[in-house]
Amino acid sequence: MQQPVYIQEGSVITPLGFTIADNISAIEKSQSAIQEQNKTEILDTPFYAAMIDSEKIDTTFKSLDDASKYMKLEKMMLLSVAETLKKSTLTISDKTALIVATTKGSIDALNTDNPFPEKRAYLSVLAKTIQSFFGFKQEPIVVSNACVSGILAVAVAKRLIQNNICDNAVVVAGDLVSKFTVTGFNTFQALSDGPCKPYSKYRNGISIGEAAASVIVSKEKKTSSIQILGDGSCNDANHISGPSRTGEGLYKSIKSAMLEANVVSNEIDLISAHGTATIYNDEMEAIAFNRAHLQDVPLHSLKGTYGHTLGASGLLEAIIGFEAMKRNTLFPSLGYDESGISKPLHIIKEVKNKSISTFLKTASGFGGSNTAVLFKN
Amino acid sequence: MTTKNTRSFSEFAKHVYKHQEWEYPKFFKMDRLSKLTFLTSEIVLNSIPISSRDKERMAVVFSNKSASLDTDKVYQDSINSIEHFYPSPAVFVYTLPNIGMGEVCIKNKIQGENAFFVFDEFNPLFLKQYAESLANNQKAKHILCGWTEIGEKGYNSFLYLASQKGTLPYTEETIKKLYTQS
Repeated sequence: MQQPVYIQEGSVITPLGFTIADNISAIEKSQSAIQEQNKTEILDTPFYAAMIDSEKIDTTFKSLDDASKYMKLEKMMLLSVAETLKKSTLTISDKTALIVATTKGSIDALNTDNPFPEKRAYLSVLAKTIQSFFGFKQEPIVVSNACVSGILAVAVAKRLIQNNICDNAVVVAGDLVSKFTVTGFNTFQALSDGPCKPYSKYRNGISIGEAAASVIVSKEKKTSSIQILGDGSCNDANHISGPSRTGEGLYKSIKSAMLEANVVSNEIDLISAHGTATIYNDEMEAIAFNRAHLQDVPLHSLKGTYGHTLGASGLLEAIIGFEAMKRNTLFPSLGYDESGISKPLHIIKEVKNKSISTFLKTASGFGGSNTAVLFKN
Repeated sequence: MTTKNTRSFSEFAKHVYKHQEWEYPKFFKMDRLSKLTFLTSEIVLNSIPISSRDKERMAVVFSNKSASLDTDKVYQDSINSIEHFYPSPAVFVYTLPNIGMGEVCIKNKIQGENAFFVFDEFNPLFLKQYAESLANNQKAKHILCGWTEIGEKGYNSFLYLASQKGTLPYTEETIKKLYTQS
């Protein structure tokens, strides 16, 4: 029996707001952060994405430091960690880890018109900026494992705590909407022509989003703490950019988490799935969840709310899941109408009260990566 | 596999591939980091007798300094100017550091735990600690670990297999020593 590990305070920085309360209030009103963007510096044609107003970030950031010294993603991640630490009683010690999750970091530093030096694109430079800002004593650990990074970082924190490598960890995840990622997914023909529609018959691709999110993971239990029950992060071994047809890696990740947690399928009350709204991803998930007998569990994808926030998505969506547990409320899967998957899933269409005690978060990504983490309130 | 010579990476990679007499045409589609990761993994895995069942459950824990910046820069060059705007999905797909790990898993049918970490420099202590955590948490019995880096200072790749049955004690010192010798 491993030592129990808990999630304490958390915070999110998204286009829907810079506090969890603002985000939940928007979600309860079924608001989406995805909008049509006319930003020719990113793409020469209009595209749908969820973006945070840079001026709003700078105004808020003034309370921390001079906004001109930092890049946009750095400010988003610093703001999130500052908010999380402010809510908590954590003292950063020699046994406090800083875990930073991101796919592309400050990739905008490579843009020719960017005033910051190219070295700011190094993920270790981003992590050290956060480390020195708050005075973390240990060298930061960067998790960069495609779109599972944010939730995998929570599993990494739990494992390190259970093995006495640290007592607690601040986990922060973040990614940007950049020219790099938008043109990349566009050339893949993976961008939706409207706000994305996870699991819908009419889905035709992703909407990209940007966000930062952070939590404190600790062996110390507090009154409102959420326990991390189990985790798994398995590879499909199938294709570098396409998911497995049998949902192999996701299925194995879920089974690994359930085995560790000693939880059976009918004990799970809510699933926050990855649901990117590409044809293949959503179909793969439907197969994996059915193989794990989870087809009747209320499920949402928050991609219709926030877009796909890449490496931030797993942590951001887990934090919204924690709020769902604390409030015993199911939040809807925006963009869903008629089913476009071959196996049934119980997709949440509207805000509803339900007692939620056990919650499963999953994510999948390029390179065949998948992660599943089970939480208990 | 550490090479500081002046021979270009592609030439070196092709040389190793031919020398090992492998037949895996997909190799030539990979970016440089994936090629480096793939070559080193093949050499390690081919030198150890391990059943396909054990391989399927093997964990992979890789790390480096520059993530996928080597290919990120190639992709960035293709989107920098309107006159020369030619982004390619075949390049974009490699702009993540864990793709090489995915290539290794595909080739060897590895469906175990995966994680890619980034540090400022080779971090033997963390590799040791994380691999031990996976073993202690019953997530894996065999863990392919190491460092696979292509950056401004050249390329450098060092992988090893950590198992409950092994030939060397699993300490930070052993990992450091093997890394320095490679």
